[in-house]
Amino acid sequence: MPDIREGFVWAIMLLPLGSFAVISLLALLGLTRPPRGGGAPVWNARFSGHLTIMAVFAAFLLALWSLETVIANDNARVGFGAHEWVTVGLLHVDIGITLDGLSAIMLVVVTGVSLLVQFYSQEYMRGDEGYNRYYAFMSLFTASMLGLVLASSVLQLFVFWELVGLCSYLLIGFWFHRDAARRAATKAFLVTRFGDLGFLIAILLIWSQTGTLSIAGIQEVALTGAVSSGVITWFALGVFAGAAGKSAQFPLHVWLPDAMEGPTPVSALIHAATMVAAGVYLVARFFPVFASSEEAITTVAAIGSITAIIAALLGIVATDMKRVMAYSTISQLGYMMMGLGVGGLVSAIFHLFTHAFFKSLLFLGAGSVNHATGTFDMRRMGGLRKYMPVTFATVLVASLALVGVFPFAGFWSKDEIMADAWDDRKWVFFVALAGVFLTGLYVGRMLILTFGGEYRGGEATEHGERHGEPHESPPVMLLPLLLLAVMAALAGFANINDDFSHLLEGSVPERAHALLTEGHFRLWIAFASVAAGLSGLAVAWAVYGLKVVQPESVRNFAQPLPEILENKYYLDALYEDVIVKRGLLGGAAILLSLWDRYVIDGTVNGVARVAGWTSAQLRLAQAGQAQLYATVVFLGVVGAIAGILVVNPP
Amino acid sequence: MTDVIRLGPELALLIAAGLIVLMDIALPVSREAARTKRALGFALALAGVAGSIGWSAVLIAADEQGEAFSGTLVVDDFSLFFNFLLAGITGMIVLASADLLARTRFHAEYLALVLASATGMMLMAGAVDLIAIFVALELQSICLYVLVGFLKDSRSAEASLKYLLLGAVSTALTLYGMAYLFGLSGATGLRDIAEFVSASGGDSGTRAALVLATVFLAAGLGFKMAVVPFQMWVPDVYQGAPTPVTAYLSVASKAAGFAVVMRIFLVALGEGLISSDWATMFAVIAAVSMTAGNLMALVQTDIKRMLGYSSIAQAGTFLIGLAAVAAQDPQLLLGASSVVFFLGAYAFTNLGAFIAVIAISQKIASDEIADYAGVAKRSPWLAAGLAACLISLTGIPPTAGFIAKVYVFNAAVQADLVWLALIGVLNGVVSAYYYLRVVLNMYAQEPASEETFQPSLSLGVAMAIAVAGMFLIGIYPNPLIQASESAAAVFG
Repeated sequence: MPDIREGFVWAIMLLPLGSFAVISLLALLGLTRPPRGGGAPVWNARFSGHLTIMAVFAAFLLALWSLETVIANDNARVGFGAHEWVTVGLLHVDIGITLDGLSAIMLVVVTGVSLLVQFYSQEYMRGDEGYNRYYAFMSLFTASMLGLVLASSVLQLFVFWELVGLCSYLLIGFWFHRDAARRAATKAFLVTRFGDLGFLIAILLIWSQTGTLSIAGIQEVALTGAVSSGVITWFALGVFAGAAGKSAQFPLHVWLPDAMEGPTPVSALIHAATMVAAGVYLVARFFPVFASSEEAITTVAAIGSITAIIAALLGIVATDMKRVMAYSTISQLGYMMMGLGVGGLVSAIFHLFTHAFFKSLLFLGAGSVNHATGTFDMRRMGGLRKYMPVTFATVLVASLALVGVFPFAGFWSKDEIMADAWDDRKWVFFVALAGVFLTGLYVGRMLILTFGGEYRGGEATEHGERHGEPHESPPVMLLPLLLLAVMAALAGFANINDDFSHLLEGSVPERAHALLTEGHFRLWIAFASVAAGLSGLAVAWAVYGLKVVQPESVRNFAQPLPEILENKYYLDALYEDVIVKRGLLGGAAILLSLWDRYVIDGTVNGVARVAGWTSAQLRLAQAGQAQLYATVVFLGVVGAIAGILVVNPP
Repeated sequence: MTDVIRLGPELALLIAAGLIVLMDIALPVSREAARTKRALGFALALAGVAGSIGWSAVLIAADEQGEAFSGTLVVDDFSLFFNFLLAGITGMIVLASADLLARTRFHAEYLALVLASATGMMLMAGAVDLIAIFVALELQSICLYVLVGFLKDSRSAEASLKYLLLGAVSTALTLYGMAYLFGLSGATGLRDIAEFVSASGGDSGTRAALVLATVFLAAGLGFKMAVVPFQMWVPDVYQGAPTPVTAYLSVASKAAGFAVVMRIFLVALGEGLISSDWATMFAVIAAVSMTAGNLMALVQTDIKRMLGYSSIAQAGTFLIGLAAVAAQDPQLLLGASSVVFFLGAYAFTNLGAFIAVIAISQKIASDEIADYAGVAKRSPWLAAGLAACLISLTGIPPTAGFIAKVYVFNAAVQADLVWLALIGVLNGVVSAYYYLRVVLNMYAQEPASEETFQPSLSLGVAMAIAVAGMFLIGIYPNPLIQASESAAAVFG
């Protein structure tokens, strides 16, 4: 095949963007609503789904072509010209495309998972009054995520970084009539913006110190040591703050479980496979920078390790199936960060790749279960194996991949991370091993509560219909499950001949190759990790399946750990009550509102109260207030003069 | 004759204003005539704006630049930029006032005052002599005092009185500062004053007097720019004035204020001897304005008050650019051009926001943010337009507001004012909260009534222009950047 041309690479992003534009324009023109006199709307909502699916499918084909081009190009970066976007004085921002192994893999993952999710959503969202809106936002999200992956300068990347955040916000709050959904959306937005602040500061810092915003330029600067190592470290930490926000790393992970208030396909695409992995992608993109700073890379490893463990522990106590998976996602993202932290760029991105398939499969499976039972509460499920054999089989494959059982996808990628950890930082290896055991535990518990035993009820679905007997989902939903199950089973073989490794190594500058850790396959590590995972599953089986001991008595025995976990380490309480409510709102804003209410509005209200009285008094009150204002002006003048003379005495 | 030709853009507005008043007197007073008069007045005002813009374009095409009226006024890239900007804003305000004018008998007076005030603002941007500056300032201020009180209800009257009183204080301060400058240098021309300042060397007595002059001028003009602590009038006046006038104040009056400040401070007081002092002062004012404006905006429940505080915060952001000019020459231009760019970008964004507020508020008969619940369902276009403008004010790409912030922060970083840029970035995060709260209210709440509504034609057109311009600048900013750079180049 010929090499892909630049216009086609842009089209990968522009196709879903076009679908977003068309759907929103039609909605604004009122063509999506039934006409005044009744009857069907001009634009059938189903068309929005078809349009999105076609756009994403075309983008997927182009993404495959891009990947093929990179491979044909000896895995090296494909050079495209830069286009001037903003030039202000010395600030010169180009927009352009980064097409190399890393971005090509991401393109394929994003378009591929997005395609299946959009297909699945046709049935899942059927009849929802926000059907058009749903597909418009999903298209915009897909376009933004692809734009993020393709960006060649940090500023360009940041633009899309913000856009995916915005889409995530809109989609978490999709069912905005629910109070919980609204609050979850706001929480996600605020928490991730907190991390973004670090990212922005990092951009500001690197620009003020090096004068370049191009990603390749920044990598170059870090590798040649053109700026001090302090700058590199702070830049890397700032970038990592942004990445930690998006990828839900401790202590900014609190938004992701709540984000499950969004529709389940949204969780599958955004909060499992793609956007949350953007943080990992960002760190990987700046890998040469991180690797040049011991402090930064250690931070990545440490935060990743903490996240992997604490989230897995939370997964053991959650009773909501989607939340178990959300914690699992956080934990797995922690694994990817651990991988990066030990220099394993290849293993981390490989894990991102396999995780995208098996985790979105788990979510879509959960959606299928919800479709059947109307609930995500695992205490009201049970016995679904009989009613939903296909869903069960696919979820089982995904679960085994997640735990890392040979030969499923997760085994290969997790094994690489552990091998890298053994060669780089041994303590990370042991954390990872403990994490695998915990993963087995919560996955086993989830499987048994959902699919094992007897059916325990269910309730109305997300859309409000009630179900009697649970039933298997229709083929439109099962087809994506099956395709993803194939990937979850086989994706691990992608790197059996180190093809994946070579592809990614080509995306790292030559000089940075020495910084990569290339852990060797060791049979004992493979055995150890599979054994840890299986023993986790076995313990879960013993407790929840065979009930060798009552879960209650385990809970009582381990106090206060379960209570701490059920309260999510009290972090939500800390953030919301102590920091936000008492600290921020209780402090500064209240003071200011008091000023506003009693000094300014107080006078105005006073004015209003006496308004009917006499106009003479009204005028007096006004004049009095104007005096106050004028006094402030004069104080300002005096302050300014004094300030200048103090700072710079004559 | 050259003088008159160079003054053409201002004269076009003034002539239109005069014709509107004459037409109002000449035509009979009757109900049928009132309609014709209103339509005619509207057409005349828009023709004046078009004539002004056209004349400015002719001035550029003919390369007709230089001084006029014995060096008191000047036509250069800077004044031409503001001619376009201010005439454009005036045209938008005229469009946005259509609904208001339909409800009043005094449409001729209103339009004439708007046009006369715009004339004053244009003269402010072109004046290079203290006396001409002062006359221009008063011309626009007096018109605005009347316009603020135009509704004649108690809120509007109260706002007008406050604006007048505090405006008088600011005029006094400005005059005081000018008097110092004149007393020291014996000149009123800005270039002559600059020569005096550079010739005075480091004499400490002169410097002390210059500091006084600088602070008084900054305080007096700070009133026009609406920066802390000279912003006290803003919330009351913004809330009380008719909303189109509020929009006019927040966009045009502010832009003209910045134009004068740049003329005086960059030309007359641009010498290193004094500029480092005022740059530091502006940096502090910028930081305080941004922070105070944003924090106060957080707790507002009235959308016009909220936009008032937000405009204080935005003015603080513009000031970053001014604070950044004190460093060496390339930065001087960068800082100045960043302010000019921001003014242009902000004009579209803020006008769009205000026009949407005009259209929505008159339908729901409330300015309360809580009453904006569910507007997206009732008027999807207006809600989408307002949401886009608020997103631009937050500084989220791909809008004009994002590029403007990048531009200004970039200027600050290059002038080694990283701390100021940081405060700006932090403030951007805070501001997201109150801007997006409005968006959330419009989209994520159930409407109080299902009745849908549309903006009137003229409001719709104005809104479309504002939003389109805002996105255009956000996606393809280079033309405006080049215009700002050449405007700022007059200070080089």
